[in-house]
Amino acid sequence: MDDLSVRCVEHANIQFTLNGKDVNCLVPVRRNLVDFLRQDMGLTAAHVGCEVGVCGACNVRVDGAVVRGCLMLAVQVDGLSVETLEGLAESGEIAALQRAFVTRNAMQCGFCTPGMLMTANELLQAKACPSRLEIRDAISGNYCRCTGYQAIVDAIEMAAGEDA
Amino acid sequence: MSAAAQTAAAGLIGRSVARADAERFVAGRGRYLDDLVLADMQHVVFYRSPFARARMHTINVDAAAAMPGVSAVVTGADLATVCAGWTTRFAMWPEHVSAPQNPLAIDEVFWQGEAVAAVVAATRAQAEDALELIEIDWEEGEPVVDPTTALEPGCPPCHPAIEHNLALERKIGKGDVAAAFAGAAQVVRRRFSFGRQTGVPLEPRGILASFDRRTGELDIQQSHQAPFQMQEIYASLLGLPLERVRVASPDVGGAFGIKLHAYADEIAVVAIAMLLGRPVKFQADRLESFVSDVHARDASVEAQLAVDAEGHLLGLDVDLLFCFGAVSAYPRSSIGEALQALDLCGSAYRIDAFRGRVRGAFVNKVPTGAYRAVGQPIACAVIEQLIDDAAAAIGMDPVTMRRRNHLPARPAEAPMLPAAGGIPLGPLSLDACMDQLLENMDYRQLRATQDALRQRGVYRGIGLCTFVELTGVGAGLYGPNQVRVAGKEGVRLSLLPSGHIQCRTSATDQGQGTRTGLTQIVAQAMGSPLETVAVAAGDTSRDPLGGGAWASRGISLAGEAALLAAAQLRANILSIAAALGEQSQDGLDIVDGMIIGRDGEALMSLAEVALKAHYDSTAIKLDVIPELTVERSYAPTGKPYFAANGVQAAQVEVDIETGMIRVLDVWVVEDCGRIVNPLLTDEQIRGGVVQGIGAALFEQCIYSENGQMSNASLADYLIPMASEMPQIHVGHVTTPERETSLGAKGVGEAGTVGAIGAIWCAVNDALRPLGQGVWQQPFTPAHVLDVLHHPEMRQGEARLPPF
Amino acid sequence: MKASGFQYARPSSLEEACALLAEHGSDARILAGGQSMFATLNLRLSAPSLLIDINRIEELKGIVLAEDASHVRIGALVRHAETASSPLVEQHLPLLHMAMRHVAHPAVRNRGTTCGSLALADPSAEMPACAITLDALLVLQSRDGGVREVPAVDYFFGLYETARQDDEILIEALYPACQPQEVFGFDELARRHGDFAMVGVALRACYAEGIISDLRLTTFGTDPMPILSTAAAALAQGQAWSVALGEEIARAAVAELNPDHNHFGSPEVKRLQAAALIRRVLAATFGAPADSTIPYGASHG
Repeated sequence: MDDLSVRCVEHANIQFTLNGKDVNCLVPVRRNLVDFLRQDMGLTAAHVGCEVGVCGACNVRVDGAVVRGCLMLAVQVDGLSVETLEGLAESGEIAALQRAFVTRNAMQCGFCTPGMLMTANELLQAKACPSRLEIRDAISGNYCRCTGYQAIVDAIEMAAGEDA
Repeated sequence: MSAAAQTAAAGLIGRSVARADAERFVAGRGRYLDDLVLADMQHVVFYRSPFARARMHTINVDAAAAMPGVSAVVTGADLATVCAGWTTRFAMWPEHVSAPQNPLAIDEVFWQGEAVAAVVAATRAQAEDALELIEIDWEEGEPVVDPTTALEPGCPPCHPAIEHNLALERKIGKGDVAAAFAGAAQVVRRRFSFGRQTGVPLEPRGILASFDRRTGELDIQQSHQAPFQMQEIYASLLGLPLERVRVASPDVGGAFGIKLHAYADEIAVVAIAMLLGRPVKFQADRLESFVSDVHARDASVEAQLAVDAEGHLLGLDVDLLFCFGAVSAYPRSSIGEALQALDLCGSAYRIDAFRGRVRGAFVNKVPTGAYRAVGQPIACAVIEQLIDDAAAAIGMDPVTMRRRNHLPARPAEAPMLPAAGGIPLGPLSLDACMDQLLENMDYRQLRATQDALRQRGVYRGIGLCTFVELTGVGAGLYGPNQVRVAGKEGVRLSLLPSGHIQCRTSATDQGQGTRTGLTQIVAQAMGSPLETVAVAAGDTSRDPLGGGAWASRGISLAGEAALLAAAQLRANILSIAAALGEQSQDGLDIVDGMIIGRDGEALMSLAEVALKAHYDSTAIKLDVIPELTVERSYAPTGKPYFAANGVQAAQVEVDIETGMIRVLDVWVVEDCGRIVNPLLTDEQIRGGVVQGIGAALFEQCIYSENGQMSNASLADYLIPMASEMPQIHVGHVTTPERETSLGAKGVGEAGTVGAIGAIWCAVNDALRPLGQGVWQQPFTPAHVLDVLHHPEMRQGEARLPPF
Repeated sequence: MKASGFQYARPSSLEEACALLAEHGSDARILAGGQSMFATLNLRLSAPSLLIDINRIEELKGIVLAEDASHVRIGALVRHAETASSPLVEQHLPLLHMAMRHVAHPAVRNRGTTCGSLALADPSAEMPACAITLDALLVLQSRDGGVREVPAVDYFFGLYETARQDDEILIEALYPACQPQEVFGFDELARRHGDFAMVGVALRACYAEGIISDLRLTTFGTDPMPILSTAAAALAQGQAWSVALGEEIARAAVAELNPDHNHFGSPEVKRLQAAALIRRVLAATFGAPADSTIPYGASHG
């Protein structure tokens, strides 16, 4: 970590955990986190929809908090833990949400779904039984063009009920 | 009853089966264009014109080409060596004359966003770095940006290849409109302005092209709705035989018509792949999408409606002016939405006298093209708003006036009759939909609450929108106009040695769930368990040739083709089974993947039949062994569309101090014939409604006087997000489509067709006590306050030519 | 779009960060939350040659109540999410707590910082208006100038223009803790939840025995920076609440605005909306519920 301290670099070696596994690699400092995950790590669940932090398609979890993958640099996750939807799916952490989304058809094209699940999961971890209004507010930073949101709200409510 | 009709009667069809794709998507296993990687792949970025009209005197790409990671910088002249230009033409509309296009602009540009040069590099970032070093000596021109100005005599054409900017003019007339208006108890007039929009699928456009010089084969992955259309175009423009061009679509992250067109920049990518002999990928980003994706719905309308004292509609007069772009979208043209906006106006009603004119103007903006519901929302908004105005003028409830004039219920076998605008329509179910809608929304209670709240200065509005929409459109449109777009959908069914059924179809799926619906249809028709049927689409090298996805055609057309194919495959299988079992074919059936005998006994599995047929054919004592692969296609023949109908309602609350509008609820009762999957159907409707709300209240492409878009970002182009969207209550009436065994009509656009009109009527219903009305969509808070406070911002007198 | 190339440094101390900033000046940018900056970079609207990532500087973290409970310190690395969920903020800075639900969206709040919002000075942002209303002190540090404090009311000059010099880092903001009998009000109009405000109002006053004093009413979103109303303070001083007083204050406060024309509408539209919002926030703060004739506020169904 110290070599970045007062040196100004264009590439940096980073060590971090990715979905629970240790990773060590060299990254161009200009590459943002979602591009790095998609192109260098082969994890394509996080999507690029706007590159200005508005649409939420790039949501990933860094040190336990869901963030915009397009508004962080890969170099910034040095020493941190990163989790993508692939990791959450594999660990079973979002199983209830996944079941609910499938049952309720809370997606159509699926492009917003990984980011949406990230947000929904964080909501339900903070609040076990959110109201529909609270659900809508929580997902108000996730753009979906296909569903009109109602099915997504239904699914999150359903998953909350299942876990309760 | 035919075998196909019997199948359509009961079982998996009509069940809310979850999508197999859903399991993949929630695990993050979607496979979209940008997820695809090929060895030696390069990335393309485009230098796009910042000007709406300009000449390029010189282009210097030397510095750009020398940048790290760059393998080539390509201009229009370079691509002309491998790729022809093209011009949009519609044979039956010879007066629709479009300027030609090239993959990259040559010498002159005609809209902000038009691609001028392409940088090909190892990464997108490196390509963008090089882009900054391209030097172009621009001479700005005088863009034409306003459709009214564009059509004034003497206005220069927006492109030198056209003589004038009138892209389209169509007039229709029936009955004696002069008499109808002269004799009317009440005439209401209104002006409508519909803001320019674009579709904004969350996944932008993308294409990955590779040309194998060894075999001369072009392999293209493209985020697109119509792979066969694109195969035809690439083969034609690049001089390759069709059989050496493959176009496939991976998962598509939303399309809505935006990914239906042939874009110059995507054609450029293919040409670059051929030129360089290595794979190239273009993934549009959000910024460029706003100034390159087709635009739509930019129109202004003047209209008037004549009614008698009892509220009968006597005459309708509409004049629509659409603002297109600089060229006509390829290959389907930009005229579709303009034509449908006129043809469908008033189509739900008995109106004996109708005069209509629609014009389209070319201007120096992004080309316009089909976007969900294609003109029909405008058609509905116009008549529905006029009806509300007329109802208020004669003191009649808007529901009553609609009922009084709805096309009446007719027997199922009744002949087609022309609607107000001339479109022949079969029997509809408008009153049945209205009945159910009023009950679902508790209309009387809503009106009572509205009155009570008005006393307290709270302004709620209730708006209705009856709609008739054409679905499955295509067969009668493209062929006659000599456009190589197939209006049919095809299905090929194969019984595999495993006993599973493989279905390949031309009907593509961008999230609608067409594949799931077809799985249900095939499984039921074949008597196979659902999980043994696999449906795939979106690959010209493997699918039967057909259309793809637009105009809500997937289930209604491909579903019918599936029934036809299944009926034949079933017969073939039973013929083989009968031979194997040394029995008569009569009385054999397939249930749960097993051949069942006359007395209900299980004789053999589908797998056993297939194994014999494929690997041990001498065991089958038939002179001719029927095939276990059957292909069928279907296109509507009697009339080239299926007409669906419904009624929508919206309840809004308008804050007259701030201008903010809140949509409280939306109700839809839709008749799309037989419903194959209620869950997927209702979700299509909901998604469509929200796109309609977006149009009515939030979305517009804001242009400067120089033809430059000033809000080309997702922060400034306002897409509906979750907190502002209402619950959408969906109900159905079912009038099966009589031309097909399946009986399904299209439904994918229904939500959008009616939502815009419902919001228009609701907002104006809310403001009616104040004597003012909104007229410029989207109804932003600024527009609401403007019309309330500033007389000069109000709609003014509608201008229509005398009769 | 992909950001232009830049160099990256990650100092582990404030001194190192200040040294880098002094050396590179306006060619460098401080990277804290980055939620606004990366959007700008990704659009290539800006191309700094160096990003100075301060996210690992421990002394910039933390929300701290002063020992004498007179003020609350919010460090430069305090995320919006932390401010929003902080019991200290809820108890001692209720205006901030009220405003936080309007700030961006969860993923942006997890990364973006309160001080970052102050440093950016977007006219439509909530934090600058709250800082002015609460009479906060913004603390700047540079290698050559040391530490200096600037009152919020003197900090914001115009569109993205603040008192911060190119070589200074905004290291923390100090907010006076609320006193007994202080009341607060906040609301904003936005097209969509979490969007930047079209117009917003933040207010604080003393309200004792039905008498208003020391009203600080700030309107934001209409002008290039938040506007603290001197007329509102004068009109309200020593007065009892009435709907008529609210209308008078709103008129006077709006008269002090000079709204821009933008995508949200004309200056006239902004004035109408500001007046309505000011009346409503005043009524919600001082009045009985019946005074609010039109339900306002949370406008999502």
